[in-house]
Amino acid sequence: MTDAVAGHVAQGAQQGADSSEGMSYLESLPSRLVTLYLPLFIILVVLLFPFYWMALTAIKPDAQLIDMETYNPFWVVHPTLKHIERLLFETQYPRWLWNTMYVAAGATFLSIAASVLAAYAIVRLQFRGAPYVGAAIFFAYLVPPSILFIPMATVIQSYGLFDSPLALILVYPTLLIPFSTWLLMGYFKTIPFELEECALIDGASRWQILTRIVLPLAVPGLISAFIFSFTLCWNEFIYALTLLQSTQNKTVPVAIVNEFVDGDIYRWGALMAGALVGSLPLVILYAFFVEHYVSAMTGAVKE
Amino acid sequence: MTVVDARAPLQVSALAGAWQRLRSNRNWLGFWFMVPAAGFLILFLAYPLGLGLWLSLTDARIGRGGSFVGLENYQWLSDDSVFWLSVFNTLLYTFVASVIKFAVGLYLALLLNRHMPFKALIRAAVLIPFIVPTVLSAIAFWWIYDAQFSIISWSLRKLHLISENINFLGDGNWARASVIFANIWRGVPFVAITLLAGLQTVSPSLYEAATLDGATAWQRFRYVTYPLLTPIIAVVMTFSVLFTFTDFQLIWAMTRGGPVNATHLMATLSYQRAILSGRLGEGAAIATAMIPFLVAAIGISWFGLQQRKWQQGGPNND
Repeated sequence: MTDAVAGHVAQGAQQGADSSEGMSYLESLPSRLVTLYLPLFIILVVLLFPFYWMALTAIKPDAQLIDMETYNPFWVVHPTLKHIERLLFETQYPRWLWNTMYVAAGATFLSIAASVLAAYAIVRLQFRGAPYVGAAIFFAYLVPPSILFIPMATVIQSYGLFDSPLALILVYPTLLIPFSTWLLMGYFKTIPFELEECALIDGASRWQILTRIVLPLAVPGLISAFIFSFTLCWNEFIYALTLLQSTQNKTVPVAIVNEFVDGDIYRWGALMAGALVGSLPLVILYAFFVEHYVSAMTGAVKE
Repeated sequence: MTVVDARAPLQVSALAGAWQRLRSNRNWLGFWFMVPAAGFLILFLAYPLGLGLWLSLTDARIGRGGSFVGLENYQWLSDDSVFWLSVFNTLLYTFVASVIKFAVGLYLALLLNRHMPFKALIRAAVLIPFIVPTVLSAIAFWWIYDAQFSIISWSLRKLHLISENINFLGDGNWARASVIFANIWRGVPFVAITLLAGLQTVSPSLYEAATLDGATAWQRFRYVTYPLLTPIIAVVMTFSVLFTFTDFQLIWAMTRGGPVNATHLMATLSYQRAILSGRLGEGAAIATAMIPFLVAAIGISWFGLQQRKWQQGGPNND
């Protein structure tokens, strides 16, 4: 029932676009201008302004940043790459970027592997208690990191992983597995089980069914889960703040907050350059996979 | 199963027979498939959750395990005005931000559901605040709210609406409003895009029928769109409330709970007490104190919105 809806999310975009044309001829252009384009424009400007401001500050020379009378602050004359250059060559920023990417990729890979197995087992093996396990995983999704980070710090300490990126790779799956499992369960349910029956009759083992039949058919779901998980890891802050200590091991979000804030009024250029460069990889990734990202977000909510 | 059982003793040894049986046993197979996920969730989710409850009953500090002190931490907190201020801040933050996120998100979803050129592009742009790491956009807001060089103050001064810069993050109430605005800014895309996905499943023929029956735009929304959307609204708002209530990074990047604790949420206060001051037990007690509020908030948004669904008793829910 609901998974049918989730499966159609991607198509829904096109359907919606076609069908809503049905009654739109009833509206005149001026009324559309006031009720649609104007409010949409205002909301978009508010939503995107911080990024414009971030990018503008990142390429503004220091003199123009603090002199708001001679120069119009909404624009830049003689843009400079000085802030970005300093960021990349005089700080440990490349190292932080690498840490973030390494942690995000590692945690995402581990979680997707674990989630595929768990989702397949819950949906298709239907072992005794599978519905309860499914519900337990959903509840795990509702446990926020904000109430776990204190005991997590002591747990990680006792495992001897404190201040190691490995700690994050092992901790992040707790955020990602519930979500990815839930999402993949939805995708696996849409794969007709007759296919699996045929394979079973032909003598395939469960493992062969999973790798040769189910996974190839669930590729869109895997991409969605991957993109969403990767973004979530990149975004994560509180565990990275609590579990990492030395400057060289930090991830971008933590490093920006802790290493750049030194009370200098000229820090803004470097800060905004750091924020911009830290966001760009995700925005580029997102630009290529918008549909997958949206279906991950809506799919997980709809289940 | 029965085929395997009958054949096993004839063809292979008893040991291999047992192995054969186990391999085809669903429960056994299911168990092995669940091991990786369950391992992570038990070691790094269930165990810390239990440990957190235990820590909140001890006087543990960083670097030394504590001894059991019963409810002392909670008693101490109940007399602590900063703790109650953080509870108030958290409730205010969650309530105001969630209501506005819902209203603006729904409005934006309705706008995006209409036919227009460059629709896919606009929808992609709307989601960008949700993609960019929260801390990094919070840093951008910090700069926008700067006491001296705030672009908002500058614009308002040029328009002669104010004569002096607004001290956005330096004044208690302004700081509250500022962080709430930043939270709304980040949350609206999520609400809008998920509700939009719900709207797209509503059949346009329902609107055509309603229009033929003479329904106004408001009536079409109230009696067609809203009832069909209720289940998804419940889920979206539950998640929205959950994330807002437990928010940490936005506050930490912008104000660190200041000025004078005016923007301390329970999460930031527990971080300050547990990690920065080293009083793990007290911090864990604050974190544990979030759980009842959290359960109540989830309950209200979940059941409150679900209830309307069955009250209508409509067969129209998929």
